[in-house]
Amino acid sequence: MKADKQDSDRQPSQRREMTGAEMVVQALIDQGVTDIFGYPGGAVLPIYDELFQQDKINHILVRHEQGAGHAAEGYARSTGKVGVMLVTSGPGATNAVTPLQDALMDSIPLVCISGQVPTSLIGSDAFQECDTVGITRPCTKHNWLVKDVNDLARVLHEAFHVAKTGRPGPVLVDVPKDVQFATGMYTPPDVSPRTSYHPRIQGDIEAIKQAVALMLTAKRPVIYSGGGVINSGNEASKLLRELVELTNFPITSTLMGLGAYPASGKNWLGMLGMHGTYEANMTMHDCDVMLNIGARFDDRITGRISGFSPNSRKIHIDIDPSSINKAVRVDVPVIGDVAHVLEDMIRLLRASSTKPDEKAIDAWWSQIDRWRARKSLSYTRNKDVIMPQYALERLYALTKDRDTYITTEVGQHQMWAAQFYHFEKPNRWMTSGGLGTMGYGLPAALGVQIAHPDSLVIDIAGDASVQMTMQEMSAAVQYEAPIKIFILNNQYMGMVRQWQQLLHGNRLSHSYTEALPDFVKLAEAYGGHGIRCEKPGDLDDAIQEMIDVKKPVLFDCRVANLANCFPMIPSGKAHNEMLLPDEATDDAVANAIDAKGRQLV
Amino acid sequence: MNAQNLASGSAYFIAKETELPVTTVLSVLVDNEPGVLARVIGLFSGRGYNIESLTVSETEHEQHLSRITIVTRGTPHILDQIRHQLERIVPVHRVVDLSVRADELGQSGPIQRELALIKVAGLGEHRNEALRLADAFHAKVTDATTEHFIFEITGKGSKIDQFIAIMKPLGLVEICRTGVAAMNRGPAGM
Repeated sequence: MKADKQDSDRQPSQRREMTGAEMVVQALIDQGVTDIFGYPGGAVLPIYDELFQQDKINHILVRHEQGAGHAAEGYARSTGKVGVMLVTSGPGATNAVTPLQDALMDSIPLVCISGQVPTSLIGSDAFQECDTVGITRPCTKHNWLVKDVNDLARVLHEAFHVAKTGRPGPVLVDVPKDVQFATGMYTPPDVSPRTSYHPRIQGDIEAIKQAVALMLTAKRPVIYSGGGVINSGNEASKLLRELVELTNFPITSTLMGLGAYPASGKNWLGMLGMHGTYEANMTMHDCDVMLNIGARFDDRITGRISGFSPNSRKIHIDIDPSSINKAVRVDVPVIGDVAHVLEDMIRLLRASSTKPDEKAIDAWWSQIDRWRARKSLSYTRNKDVIMPQYALERLYALTKDRDTYITTEVGQHQMWAAQFYHFEKPNRWMTSGGLGTMGYGLPAALGVQIAHPDSLVIDIAGDASVQMTMQEMSAAVQYEAPIKIFILNNQYMGMVRQWQQLLHGNRLSHSYTEALPDFVKLAEAYGGHGIRCEKPGDLDDAIQEMIDVKKPVLFDCRVANLANCFPMIPSGKAHNEMLLPDEATDDAVANAIDAKGRQLV
Repeated sequence: MNAQNLASGSAYFIAKETELPVTTVLSVLVDNEPGVLARVIGLFSGRGYNIESLTVSETEHEQHLSRITIVTRGTPHILDQIRHQLERIVPVHRVVDLSVRADELGQSGPIQRELALIKVAGLGEHRNEALRLADAFHAKVTDATTEHFIFEITGKGSKIDQFIAIMKPLGLVEICRTGVAAMNRGPAGM
């Protein structure tokens, strides 16, 4: 992996005098950082001057600070390392807010270094001044304003420590310009973190014993795993697979957790939640023991809380104590890191004299197979118009045997991608789950491609989302990052249109894009490669062309305009009240949601 | 905004809260560093929790530790969330729900004290009455002219409320209260 290439030739740094700007670069090197994403400006010029005079840190110049943030997120999510962004004061920092909140909600380790006006001018409404630590306080795990150059190195090292340990998240270090110029003592990474910060890693063994005992009584069990498994690292995914193998429990996953258990695995039910499969949601609804591993009972997962898996006893493994009992009350909470807890759990399971109730679980599987037979993801193919589902099936078929990474924007295409693109490994799927940031996918793909220059990186996009951060095509061309932007173009904000159809009498208020750019010409204008495909019969060749071109590609895939994303749990409904595609005639769809549900959204 | 109305925290389905809200006192031990109070207050406003009273001061100078005392109201479920959310803040060392702790210790509740300065201006009978009542409440005269008193009174919030109510018709001019300081009874520390 490119990201690791400099680990071997890195020298341990010493305590010595240097300027604040030098410290920033030295701290990045000492933290093993090789690539950062940023945009210069008045208040970070001293740091940019230092970057110019070294070659250990590779700086990627984005076109907007939001792009830097999402690129750093994609970089982090695909490598397991900390993503780093560098922005200037004022608008640089405010533009960073969206990716910071995005990273906070999806627990992505991110360090944002921002320039600030000189300390003597703070509070004077100086040019490009804003209260950066004030603005970013609620959208970071922690943030710092460094007023003394002698604190800078310690704070930077602490920032990396906080970002990557415990429940990972974004942090921000605000560095005034005079501190960047000032000379002070640099301290190498310190092993002793602050005393008030001590995330719990090891799970309480008594709680794990209780969990195991409960699992062994299960007749209708289900494992519901989430992004915490991915964040915990490869070992956690390995242990999850081992646990499934050992117990024969069915497993479903949240949007963020896809890939932790392979989609080809025999116990895989597909994604659950609002657009999850029938079998996953029904299994969740009817189970008697639920094992939540690193997920947080998000409202897109649970549907109506009072109707959520009403007859099950619930085990919840989470590193963040505030996630326990937040949305759903659980019977056995286990606070700790997924890999550590699973290791104990598997050891106890193996040592136990009782075994999972094989007979009951076999009966449970035959019930699940009946649900599976509903084929809830089915759709009607069309030989004249490309169905979005078909486009993704073909994309999957033609890229699955390659070293592929997928990012997405937010909307219908994102849900179809989650349903129709199948992941075998963790860290291959980058999407904005919690915040739902349209415009995430293109810059995230750039970040992934920088970390994995030889891999195939595809942003499955929508025509509306992709225009929010389209300018990063320019960055992709500059750094020869051959990202593939696969746009499912239906000319609508498809998910908005779908909700308007379901909830607002099909009054399609401002969800149609009257004037779309010509994506092919746009790609060419950026110096990339443009492809348009309008017929199902041309699709395979077009996708192959996209793969073969060694340039950033905008692929304008014209799909059926009015396709809806099913299954769908409508507002205010429970898991067993899904709308399914074959039931989703216009009448059924229009009557599916009562007036009360309409208000909930 | 009342926290109990935000039980699910979800815009997807707003569950009816069936638990009744209770009032509790939280003690929060934090590193005394810039912005730490903003983090705590921002958490309450951002997540829609109540603050009924807030008191903060550095208590251990060598270690730069401050103790924040917060009186808050919510269902037991929300109060649990508040405690966990506070514990996530990086400079927070410890959070103790003093009311829950008092229950565990078999006590009726933590000791709660508040100090108030109360300015009363007036002449003649009102002035005499104010001084007489102040004496009955063990309030001290900390400043006086022939036209006014400033009383210093310490006690439970309810006692101070009562004192203020009595002073109102006697020429009450100005009130300043510190907010609640609280601690559990017995030899054990926080």
